[in-house]
Amino acid sequence: MAEADERTVGETATKPGFLGLSDVSISEDIPVEGEITVPMASHSQDEDYSTLDEPVKETIIRDLKAVGKKFVHVMYPKKSNALLRDWDLWGPLVLCVSLALMLQGGSADSKEDGGPQFAEVFVIIWFGAVVITLNSKLLGGTISFFQSLCVLGYCVLPLTVAMLVCRLVLLAGMGPINFLIRLIVVIAMFVWSTLASTAFLADSQPPNRKALAVYPIFLFYFVISWMILTFTPH
Amino acid sequence: MAAPQELTFHEFEAAADLLAETPGATTISSLEEPQGHVSLAVDTGDQEDGDLEENDQTQLLGGEKQPPNFWTFSYHQSFFDVDTHQVLERIKNSLLPVPSQNFVRHCLRHHPDLYGPFWICATLAFALAVSSNLATVLQNWKEASFSYSPQFHKVTVAGITIYCYAWLVPTALWGFLQWRKGVGECVGCYTFLEIVCVYGYSLFIYIPTVVLWLIPISGLQWFLGVLAVSLSGAVLLLTFWPLVRSDTRVVSAVLLTVMVALHALLAIGCKFYFFQSLPSRSIPVTQAPLHQVTPPGSSKTSAAS
Repeated sequence: MAEADERTVGETATKPGFLGLSDVSISEDIPVEGEITVPMASHSQDEDYSTLDEPVKETIIRDLKAVGKKFVHVMYPKKSNALLRDWDLWGPLVLCVSLALMLQGGSADSKEDGGPQFAEVFVIIWFGAVVITLNSKLLGGTISFFQSLCVLGYCVLPLTVAMLVCRLVLLAGMGPINFLIRLIVVIAMFVWSTLASTAFLADSQPPNRKALAVYPIFLFYFVISWMILTFTPH
Repeated sequence: MAAPQELTFHEFEAAADLLAETPGATTISSLEEPQGHVSLAVDTGDQEDGDLEENDQTQLLGGEKQPPNFWTFSYHQSFFDVDTHQVLERIKNSLLPVPSQNFVRHCLRHHPDLYGPFWICATLAFALAVSSNLATVLQNWKEASFSYSPQFHKVTVAGITIYCYAWLVPTALWGFLQWRKGVGECVGCYTFLEIVCVYGYSLFIYIPTVVLWLIPISGLQWFLGVLAVSLSGAVLLLTFWPLVRSDTRVVSAVLLTVMVALHALLAIGCKFYFFQSLPSRSIPVTQAPLHQVTPPGSSKTSAAS
């Protein structure tokens, strides 16, 4: 022991004492012992079985609550991690299907100059979201693929609300005031969507490329807003 | 007392040895590699138009680390390695042709990106569809029996035309230049991605042109079209002139004329297909959209794509 001390003293004299840590020692007064048993092991096993055994209603309500919580986060975008941490794609699917159902245009006879069909809207939304996600990942973003899809899909919610409002307003007939109301609503919801998705996604980009990643999102919601604004019922 | 010697890692001992030897040094282990990079960069900067040697140097630079496989993500990530200000600068340089600045040499500097071409083409396709829709509305909204229809198929047509132009024409040009280089007439050739990049950025000027074509004054529309074609055509000419300068006069003249002609043809085709003004006679509106789909300029559209 004493020889070891002498050696350490000698070494600290020749070496610059790397950060002064070479003479740190652990005193024997502090006990390093404890128990390595998980106290709640038996309970967690019971929980696994209980989620399998729970009634279906509970599972569905739990998932619906998660989706609803994310809707609330989109409508009041704060910088929270709820959308990113527990991503799911149920919400985007529901929104996309409802938007495509509401947007599909047109009478069957004039196929060439009708509005977008269900498949076209569906493909634009999903393919557009995939392309934007790939773009942000290629630019060096740190967000994962499905998290980005989740955020982009959930932020279609304001535009779906705008579509509902437009359809209701169009029930009152066409006209310039009608168009002006629809224009204002769609522009407001478009700005809301873009700001919401930017609030969630912009932080994951390198700081000198934020604009490069945000511009495709802007273009994506612009195209969807254009489809909503130009919708005419037959 | 536990001996600190047993607690120190061997790596730290090596670093501590280095520190003891050179007390003023910073703790960067690989001091030679950055200098090697710097000397190579200086060499490539000094050369003027030695395309072949520059290609060798870039291969050397790329060959220092293993080039990533085509199927890995990092291979494609290297084409998106641009910052916002770089993209904006490239767009600005594609708008203003400066005779002494070659777009590829001055702006790209062996760092072509795919972000600009891809998103400029997408924006242009959507801008064409939206503007053509708005133009139809602006022409006809005074007619009482006009029923608006979104004409969604124009997005598809615009997208296919733009992307075909922006990818097939550079492919053909690259193939032609490679053949001339092989025959021995040309000085060298840009890489395929650099040609795609030049063409993509040269399409940027059509975006404001297409939006301004909404103004229904015919003379203004033609003036804007000619301005756009001449500006971006000049950028293309200035970019490719150093390559074909040493070729035979006939071949270089034909090549440059064909390039500018295709560019102009794209503009004219878009103008005729998407912004055709309806005849002023009163036709039943339900039949008018069908007439719109087959304009007299459709033969030019098929020739353009």
